[in-house]
Amino acid sequence: MGERGEGGVISLRGRHRVRSQTSLRELAHLSDEAVLALIARSDEQALAELYRRFGRLAYGLALRILRDDALAQDAVQEAFLGVWRAAARFKAERAKPSTWLLTLVHRRAVDLVRREERRRTEPLQPETEPVGAEAADETELATQRETIREALRRLPPEQREAIELAYYGGYTQSELAERLGQPLGTIKSRMFTGLARLRDELGEDARAQFGPV
Amino acid sequence: MNDGSPHELSAAYALDALDGDELRAYEAHLAGCERCRQDVASFRATTGALAYDVDLPAVPETLERRILESARAERPNVVPLPRRWAIPAAALGIASAAAAIVLGIWAVHLSNSVDHQKQLRKDQKSLIDILSDCARTPMNGGSGAVCVAPTKQAVVIADNLSPASPGKTYEAWVITGKRVKPAGLFRGGAGRRYLQLTKPVPVGATVAVTLEKRGGVSAPTGAILLKAKVAPS
Repeated sequence: MGERGEGGVISLRGRHRVRSQTSLRELAHLSDEAVLALIARSDEQALAELYRRFGRLAYGLALRILRDDALAQDAVQEAFLGVWRAAARFKAERAKPSTWLLTLVHRRAVDLVRREERRRTEPLQPETEPVGAEAADETELATQRETIREALRRLPPEQREAIELAYYGGYTQSELAERLGQPLGTIKSRMFTGLARLRDELGEDARAQFGPV
Repeated sequence: MNDGSPHELSAAYALDALDGDELRAYEAHLAGCERCRQDVASFRATTGALAYDVDLPAVPETLERRILESARAERPNVVPLPRRWAIPAAALGIASAAAAIVLGIWAVHLSNSVDHQKQLRKDQKSLIDILSDCARTPMNGGSGAVCVAPTKQAVVIADNLSPASPGKTYEAWVITGKRVKPAGLFRGGAGRRYLQLTKPVPVGATVAVTLEKRGGVSAPTGAILLKAKVAPS
């Protein structure tokens, strides 16, 4: 990471000009979408800013799925590199940047857990409460966590089970059918109905807390 | 919705619960099914919320450096850029953070009207365009700078300028020779504020900021608070 304020020199039609180096203070004011637009132009400061916003959450998610620090770091790294490579193709009307990033983290973590066969038998309960919320963003994260937990709790148990085993456990629908001793159609249906219900449950809350959907 | 149709798989797909042939078959279906793509997008927002139900352990300090180093190795920051490069128009959504940015004529009372959102998006895109590739000149008289893009479009960056008192506004000026043109109004305030100038800034021009009565004036009356002469880059 270069020093703040240092300019990267850009070759432009044989001339050299100094490119303004966006500083972190500037980036802090920008929307996630704007940060992503800068990443699409190879702005490392912008990538660092995205990491500051979502790195911890990304790592927490990868660790919950993988239960292995080194693998979780790999998943997070690959997800951020995925953003770095494909930021220019990101479609803001399809998803929020955070959703996109977390999707990449999830997909990578699930790929790794399937490859490593490291998943635990019972990924249902997060084992610890989050450490005391110190900063404002931590409080916000804790609130968001409580919101999603509450919504999960309101699902019928068999739908909740299918969703949690798939999302946090990395099980495929076929593996779930086998594990739960249910026909595949039943598993598909539980996932679909459960997720649709969760979407409705989160409804306004999700829009307010997790951003526009 | 338990008809076994591929549509139902949108949930499993959003949960990353498809694998191998199932995954390939569904992705092939998805390519031609707009409804499925919409379903997946809305389910992805829901699974994105699931990501928040995790512990937040301390992240190893080396991870950020690892990511940034591998990013740099992949795509160096020093790259030739076309003078006008394509920006994914859709990539510039609006978040509440946009409220912290001074945009053109001061009109940033965030309303939810679609037109307003569109305008904000356009303004922010334009601001990013300029900030991404501009030559910066510090402004004397205070903490700030003016940054001029090859297109001559420019942004005034003001740090911790005390907020304009009621009935007052900061006004930017572009001065070329004897011509003094008003170039936008802003309020100032804590932190870093940006004002995209409404007039181009040619090489050798001077950019200045004064405090004026609310609504702005056509020629400066107040003392110059910030000033910079833009030298050839």
